[in-house]
Amino acid sequence: MLSDKDRIFTNLYGQDDWSLAGARKRGVWDNTKKLVELGRENIIEMVKESGLRGRGGAGFPTGLKWSFMPKESSDRPAYLVVNADESEPGSCKDREILRNDPHRLLEGCLVAGFAMGAKACYIYIRGEYFHEGSQVQKAIDEAYEAGLIGKNAAGSGYDYDIYLHRGAGAYICGEETALLESLEGKKGQPRLKPPFPAAVGLYGCPTTINNVETIAVVPEILRRGVEWWTGLGRPNNTGTKIFSISGHVNKPLNVEEEMGIPMKELIEKHAGGVTGGWDNLLAVIPGGSSVPCLPASTCSTILMDFDSLREAQSGLGTAAVIVMDKSTDIVAAIARLSHFYMHESCGQCTPCREGTGWMYRVMTRMIRGDAEVEEIDTLLDVTYQVEGHTICALGDAAAWPIQGLLRHFRPEVERRILDFKKTQQAAE
Amino acid sequence: MPKLTIDGKEIEVSDGLTVLQACELAGVEIPRFCYHDRLSVAGNCRMCLVEMERAPKPIASCAMPVGEGMVIKTNTDTVRKARNGVMEFLLINHPLDCPICDQGGECDLQDQAMAYGFDRSRYQENKRAVTEKYMGPLIKTIMTRCIQCTRCVRFATEVAGVEEIGLVNRGEHAEITTLEKAVNSELSGNMVDVCPVGALTSRPYAFSARPWELRKTDSIDVMDAVGSNVRIDTRGREVMRVLPRLHEQINEEWISDKTRHACDGLARQRLDRPYLRNGEGRLEAVSWAEAFRAISERLKGLDGGKIAAVAGDLCDAESMFALKQLMNGLGSQNLDCRQDGAKLDASCRAGYLFNTTIAGIEQADAVLLIGTNPRWEAAMVNARLRKRFLMGGIKAGLIGQRVDLTFPYDYLGAGPDSLAELAEGRGAFAEVLEKAERPMLILGMGALARDDGAAVLATARKLAERFGMIGEGWNGFNVLHTAAGRVAGLDLGFLPGSGGRDLEGILQGASDGTIAAVYLLGADEIDMSRLGRPGEGPFVIYQGHHGDAGAHRADVILPGAAYPEKNATYVNTEGRVQLARLASFPPGEAREDWTILRALSETVGQRLPYDNLGELRQALIEANPLFAAIDQIEPAAWGDFGQAGAMGSEPFVSPIGNFYMTDPISRASETMAECTEAFGLGAKGEATGTHG
Repeated sequence: MLSDKDRIFTNLYGQDDWSLAGARKRGVWDNTKKLVELGRENIIEMVKESGLRGRGGAGFPTGLKWSFMPKESSDRPAYLVVNADESEPGSCKDREILRNDPHRLLEGCLVAGFAMGAKACYIYIRGEYFHEGSQVQKAIDEAYEAGLIGKNAAGSGYDYDIYLHRGAGAYICGEETALLESLEGKKGQPRLKPPFPAAVGLYGCPTTINNVETIAVVPEILRRGVEWWTGLGRPNNTGTKIFSISGHVNKPLNVEEEMGIPMKELIEKHAGGVTGGWDNLLAVIPGGSSVPCLPASTCSTILMDFDSLREAQSGLGTAAVIVMDKSTDIVAAIARLSHFYMHESCGQCTPCREGTGWMYRVMTRMIRGDAEVEEIDTLLDVTYQVEGHTICALGDAAAWPIQGLLRHFRPEVERRILDFKKTQQAAE
Repeated sequence: MPKLTIDGKEIEVSDGLTVLQACELAGVEIPRFCYHDRLSVAGNCRMCLVEMERAPKPIASCAMPVGEGMVIKTNTDTVRKARNGVMEFLLINHPLDCPICDQGGECDLQDQAMAYGFDRSRYQENKRAVTEKYMGPLIKTIMTRCIQCTRCVRFATEVAGVEEIGLVNRGEHAEITTLEKAVNSELSGNMVDVCPVGALTSRPYAFSARPWELRKTDSIDVMDAVGSNVRIDTRGREVMRVLPRLHEQINEEWISDKTRHACDGLARQRLDRPYLRNGEGRLEAVSWAEAFRAISERLKGLDGGKIAAVAGDLCDAESMFALKQLMNGLGSQNLDCRQDGAKLDASCRAGYLFNTTIAGIEQADAVLLIGTNPRWEAAMVNARLRKRFLMGGIKAGLIGQRVDLTFPYDYLGAGPDSLAELAEGRGAFAEVLEKAERPMLILGMGALARDDGAAVLATARKLAERFGMIGEGWNGFNVLHTAAGRVAGLDLGFLPGSGGRDLEGILQGASDGTIAAVYLLGADEIDMSRLGRPGEGPFVIYQGHHGDAGAHRADVILPGAAYPEKNATYVNTEGRVQLARLASFPPGEAREDWTILRALSETVGQRLPYDNLGELRQALIEANPLFAAIDQIEPAAWGDFGQAGAMGSEPFVSPIGNFYMTDPISRASETMAECTEAFGLGAKGEATGTHG
C-alpha cells in the first residue's frame, strides 16, 4: 500500500485549497525553474528512465513519445496537447486532478512542453466538465499573473502559453487525432496514421498528445528523482496511478495507489470491499469500459498493472475498475457498453460504423436469449472482423468487452438461449 | 527509390507512392472503394487492407507510403479474412436492390462482392434505411445504397471547389448530404462517376438503359472548345448518355455537366428532312432534289461577290473545308467562321491558340485572366487552374467580370483601362508577373468579340512579351475559345479572302442588298434580324441539325448531322486535332454535312473533287498539313498579330450568360432547361403562371 509520503496527488479529494496559494503549499511550482534548467535532453532522458507509461489507456512509454518530436526547431512551431477529454465509462481520475489540483497539471505542461520544444500547450477538456474547465481556466489566469507561464515562464527564460479548449462531448474526440481535428474546428474524426502527430499534428505542426495524469506526474518525478519513481511498482510498470473504483463496492472512489497492487487489496482496502463480500463478486472490468472483463476467479490474484492484466487478456486501460457483483446481469451490462460504442462510433470507417450496430443488436437479443447458439460464434467472428481493421482504436474498444464476455461467460449466454427456446416451445 | 517485396516479388518504385500504387505496379490487384487516383486519401472503406511484416495489424494500403524494405503480403488468410469482413459489413446495410439499380452492371460493390465477398448474409437484423437527399436536377440519390466512402465529398471540395456536400452525423447515422440544396457546380455530374455504388446516379438517365445494352463509341465533345474526350453510349440510334474518357492532357477523367447532360437535346427539335419556303412564306417539306434545285436556281448567274457563308460554332473541319471550296468555286470570298465577331487574327497561329496547353497550366506560377470566365467558358480549363492552385505557389489576377472561379484571385479591374495599366507595368500584379518564372495569360472572347478586340489582342500580345511569357519552351499566351469549330475554321482559313467581307460586312451587305445569298453552316448565334425577313432580305440557306435561330430564318433548310452522328475532325483551343467518331446515324433524311455540300456542289456546277471522307481528308491535309497530326500539339511560332489602336472603356463581359444553354443542342435539352431553372440562370420574369 502506498504510503502518504509517496503520494503525488495530495489534494485528490479537494480537502485543501485548489488555487495557486494552496498548490504552492503542496509543493507545486516549487522552483520549477530548476526543473526547466535540467535541459531538454535531460528531462526526456529522465522520463525515459523512469519508465513512465501513458496514463490515457494505451500505456505507451512517455519518454519515447516525447523523443519523436523534432530536436531542431524549424519554422513550424511544435505543440503539446493535453487530452482532458476523459470520457471512458468508469473513468473519472482526470476530473479530480482538473478540479482539485489544476496547478499540478499546469506545471507539468510547462516542463513537458519545454522538454519537447513546444511553443504552446492546448488543454482539450471534455465539454461536460464545465466546473473543471472553469477551475483550470482560473488556474491558468493565476499562473499567468504569477509569471509562471507566459513570457519567461517561471523565470526560466522560456516563453510558453497554455490555452484551454472545451470539447462538445463526443467520446471519439478523446482519440488523439480526432481530438486534433476537433481542436482545429473540424468534425471529430480520427486521422490516418502515418503521418503521426509528432510529424504532422495540430495545424500540420509537430504535436504530442498526452493524458492529464501523465503530464501531471512529470514534475514530481523530476523533483523526487527517477529512483524514487522506479522504486514503486514493478519493472516496466513503475510509479503510482490513480484508480477509479466504481460499481458494486461499498465505497466507490478515486485513489492513488502503487502500480501492481493486487486487485483484491485495492478493492477491499480502499473501496470498502465488494457489496455482499468478496464471494459475491461476479466480474470486474479492470480498465474502463473498453477492456475485456475478468471473472471473479482471476480477480482474486491479479495485479493491477499493464503487463499482468495484458497476460490475463485484459488491460489496465485508464485503471477504471468497474466491479460487478452477482446481482449483475452481465449480458445486459456488456450490451449496454455495446450501445455506447455504437452511439459513439464516428462513422468514418466501415468495420466500426457497421460492426458496432450489428454487435449491439445481437447483444440486445442475447440478453433475453432470443438467438441461436450458432450466433454466438457469428458474434465473436464479427468482433474479430472489427478488431484491428479500423482507423482508430474505437473498433477494438467495441469488440473487446464482447470478447471478454464470451471468453468467461459463454455458458451463461448459452443457457439464456436454451431457456428462451424452452419458454417459446412451452408457449406454443 | 525504395525497394519492397510484394507477395514475394521484389519491386523498386519511386518515392512517395503508396503501398496500393506499388501493388498495382507489381501487378497485384487491391480492391478499394474510397481510394481514387485523383482525390485525397480517406482510408475509410478499409477494403484495401494488406499485411505488412512487423506491423501488428493489417494496414490500409491506400494510405501507407512505401518504405525501404517493406514486405507486403496480399494473399494471406489474414488479408482474405479482412476483405471478407469489410465486404460483409458494407453489404449488411446495403439494400441489395441491384435489379432496380442504375449502377447495376457497372458497380464496384457488385464486382468486388463477387470477387471478395461471402456468398450469403449472416446479418439477421433490420437493415438501415436512409432518407433520399435532393441534389439538383442532375443527381439522383438513393442514399440507402451509400457506403460512406466520401468520394463525392472529396470530389466536390477538391476538384469542383464547391463545399456544398458533406458527411453529417456519426456512426450508423452518418449520411452524405447537401442539406437539400442542388449541387451548384458545373462539374457535379462527375460525382455520379466517382460514386462506386448506386447512391448517386444520373437523374436524366434514370431507368433508361442497362450498360450491357449500350454501344460505346469513343468521341469528342463539342459543347466548348476544350475538346473533352468522351464516350458516347447509344442504343439504336438514340444517344443514351455521354461519359468522360481518360485524356490526361485535356479533361483528365472529368467532363462538364453540359458535355454530359446536353445529349437529350439531340433527340429534340431535330431537322430531319429538307425544307423549302414556299410562295406563302411557309417552310414546306421537300425532297433533297427539290431543295438543291431551288438553291441552284437562286445561285445561277449570281455574282460570287453577292454570295456569303458563315460557319457556326459546332462545325467540323471537313464541312467547313468543303463549304470554303464550294464558295471559292462560286467566286465568293465572303466567308467567316467568327459568329461572335471576335477580332481574331489568323495571320499568326500562336495568336489564336491556347499555347500553354491545358496540361501546361500545371507548370505556370502566375496567371492573368482577361475578359474570361473559364468556369463557364471551359470548365475543364478551370478545373485545371484549380488543380494548379491546390498545388500551391501560384498567383492569379482577373480583369473582367468578378465571378467565383473556385480559386482565389486578385481582382484587377473590369475593362481595357486596367489591362492597359497592367501592360504598362503599373500595379501590384505587374510585380507578380515580373517575378513569375512561368507566367501565363488567358484571353477570353469577352475581350476579343468587341469592336476594339484587335487592339485588346495587340495589347495582350505586348503584355505577354513584356512580362516574359514567351520564351524558350514556354508560351504563356493563351486564347480561350468557346466554340468547338473555331480553331479549325481559323486553321483552314474560313475567313474573308482578299476583298471579301467579314461577318459584319456580310450582315451589312444583307441589309443594303449587296449580298443576295447567305449560306449558314450551323450558324445560329448571329443576329438573324439583320438578315431581314424571309422574302425581303437575301436568300438564306441553312444547313444544320437543330431547328434553332438559323432554321427559322432560312429559305432552304438542309438537314445535317450533330456531332455524335458523323466522323469528323475538330481542333480544340490548344490547336489539338481530334477525331470524333460516328456513334449513331442522323435522323430521317438528314445526312453527314460534307456529303450534303458534295451533292450540292454538283447541282450548282462546282463539283468538289472528293467522293469519300478519305479523299476529303487528304485534300484537307494537303491544304493544311496540321490536320494530319492527330492528338498532337505543334507549338506555334510567335509572331506579330493584333492591331494596335485605341481601346474602348466598356468592361469585358463574358459571352456566356447561362452556362447550360450556349448552342442549339443544349438549348433543345430539357435537362439543361431544368438546370437553368434550378440555378436561377433563366431570363427573369418569363414565367407566365401557366408555364407548368
